[in-house]
Amino acid sequence: MFHTEILEVNMGPQHPATHGVLRVILGLDGETVVQCKPVIGYLHRGVEKLAEHKLYVMIPPLCDRLDYVGSASQNLGYIQAVEKLCGIQVPERGQYIRVILAELNRISSHLVWLGTHGLDIGAMTVFFYTFREREMILDLFEAFCGARLTTNMFRIGGTLEDFPPGWIEGTRRFVDLLPSRIKEYEGLLSTNRIWLERTKGVGVISAEDATNWGLTGPPLRGSGVNYDVRKAMPYAAYDRFEFEVPLGTHGDTYDRYLIRMEEMRQSARIIRQALDGLPGGDFRGKVPKKIKPPIAEIYHVIEGPRGEQGFYIKSDGTEKPYRMRFKSPSFVNLQALPALSNGALVADIVAIIGTLDIVLGDADR
Amino acid sequence: MDSRLLIENVVIPAIKVAVVLGVMSGAVAYTTLLERKVLGFIQLRLAPRRVGFHGILQPIADGIKLLLKEDIIPDQADRVLFILAPVISIIPAFAALAVIPFAGRSFSVMGYEITPWITDVNIGILYILSISSLGVYGIMLGGWASNSKYPLLGSLRSAAQMVSYEVPLGLAIIGPLLLAGTASMTGIVRAQETQGMWFFFPQIVALFCYFISGVAETNRIPFDLPEAEAELVAGYFTEYSGMKFAFFYLAEYTNMIVVSSIATTLFFGGWLRPFPNVQALSFLNFLDFINPALSGVFWFAFKVFMFLYLYIWIRGTFPRYRYDQLMNLGWKWLLPLSLANVVVTAFILALRHG
Repeated sequence: MFHTEILEVNMGPQHPATHGVLRVILGLDGETVVQCKPVIGYLHRGVEKLAEHKLYVMIPPLCDRLDYVGSASQNLGYIQAVEKLCGIQVPERGQYIRVILAELNRISSHLVWLGTHGLDIGAMTVFFYTFREREMILDLFEAFCGARLTTNMFRIGGTLEDFPPGWIEGTRRFVDLLPSRIKEYEGLLSTNRIWLERTKGVGVISAEDATNWGLTGPPLRGSGVNYDVRKAMPYAAYDRFEFEVPLGTHGDTYDRYLIRMEEMRQSARIIRQALDGLPGGDFRGKVPKKIKPPIAEIYHVIEGPRGEQGFYIKSDGTEKPYRMRFKSPSFVNLQALPALSNGALVADIVAIIGTLDIVLGDADR
Repeated sequence: MDSRLLIENVVIPAIKVAVVLGVMSGAVAYTTLLERKVLGFIQLRLAPRRVGFHGILQPIADGIKLLLKEDIIPDQADRVLFILAPVISIIPAFAALAVIPFAGRSFSVMGYEITPWITDVNIGILYILSISSLGVYGIMLGGWASNSKYPLLGSLRSAAQMVSYEVPLGLAIIGPLLLAGTASMTGIVRAQETQGMWFFFPQIVALFCYFISGVAETNRIPFDLPEAEAELVAGYFTEYSGMKFAFFYLAEYTNMIVVSSIATTLFFGGWLRPFPNVQALSFLNFLDFINPALSGVFWFAFKVFMFLYLYIWIRGTFPRYRYDQLMNLGWKWLLPLSLANVVVTAFILALRHG
């Protein structure tokens, strides 16, 4: 007469805590998750195919719209891939400006992550605090290029513009302010008993598993694997700066939280160094009017806020790419969701989705 | 029946009920505004300020908006229970107000003696406990009648949570009851007056247990698991809209006020001003010259307000517990702690009175 059934619940595609249009099919035994199956594709826009019908210079705005939270990194990755393909040199000043903007973007992306991750776990106030600082970064972006979210700040051969007057001082003010603000977030969370209980030991993944799942970015480093593209295969001007790659030990949600917090500090450190050593000269190099790469293919990776961001371009010698593929960290990190949610409760699922820091536009492309 | 008896036993209680209902509805509505304002202050934003001066008419605008909203009942829902559930959850919340003494001294109007509480029964606190535990029915039925998975999960959580925290809540109340030697709400306050101290001092452990359980009973952060918007969308009232949703919402805020009122009465001397036995501080009853009942009401309201502020402050600070952690806290910490408090209190009292 009595029997139990697995309750199948659709978390998403419309759900406040799935960070976009992600659908997770949950099999619940009471509060315990026995089955977890992420379903993606609700935001698929066919960007890779669209790009094959556009000139090389017209593609960056499309890249921006993939990972709209870390658009500068997307943009940078694509443009560097094209530059590599065509053998275009970027002047030193351009490289520095790129690093500064990309790192600012990393901070703003991590701020969005922290705020929404806090909301997932029920800490409302952090969200408003982080968005206050993010606003300052967006203001800087706006001052630089006029746009705030999908910035499209880089050009093949350099950047869109040089820094406008007052911009450097504003950025300095921001990076000087940031550490104290990070302390403020940590005051709300790092020692908060409930926060610790909700994040420690939740969504644990070992270094070996993390590597096997192909995780990148903070989720990989949270398990203690020392891999950061900025250090491993330096691009732009990253080999000129001193910074540390924070590593975790337990591979749980709390470690990933600590890593992103430290990454923000390190990003501020990089920006400070770049501003101090900002070379003079051109911000954009000599670039042919028509971008026409030779027949070749290229795969270029950068370290986005979410992890390793790959750009594959196959050129057939025309003005448009023959094939275009992106490797997105959101996609590969999301794969590990079922593995991470082993034996978790419903509330852990939202914490785990939050800690992977996915952007569905990036996962679906 | 002669007319004086009729007025004393029917008309005056009816007026008092009407006044309490009216004032409390207003207080509840403005608690929502208070919440938004205080949260706005904590979270560095403005909070409502469009409707009226600094948004003071916002609750009224909210009410009108909710009234005019489309009232949706899901196709497969149990219609009767679906409609009944919000009512079931709001009635016990208001009913609990019947025995709460808002002030100490009665006053007379046109020769009739009027006490500033609806009724004073000698089992007052037990009445509140029994009535307020009915509120869970509304949540349960609401979640069940929606015929939807998220509300069902929310209501199941809620049932378990309410049952778990009702126990330490009840035990925490016993401490002050033992000290006062009565279960009458006014009697407890009077005992604090005669013993010359608020029960908050000797019963700090009980207060701690009571308040945490109270926050859990009212489903507030960090214990708002039945709603848990991050996990369960909105929990048990996911499918509710318009006025029915508002009823659940008002029930939550009414419960907050009730819990705060009980805490005030049991631990903070109800209507008494601070240090009621220190003559030098009697200027604190500055409203006495209008009506002696008024200063009681003032202090009562002030203390309730402090508790409400604490509620909101907690909401602005803490993340949300996970379900199993919530159960752990209730059963493994609060229950033994409140039980120990009862034993220790009783032991000390027995020693003292031989």
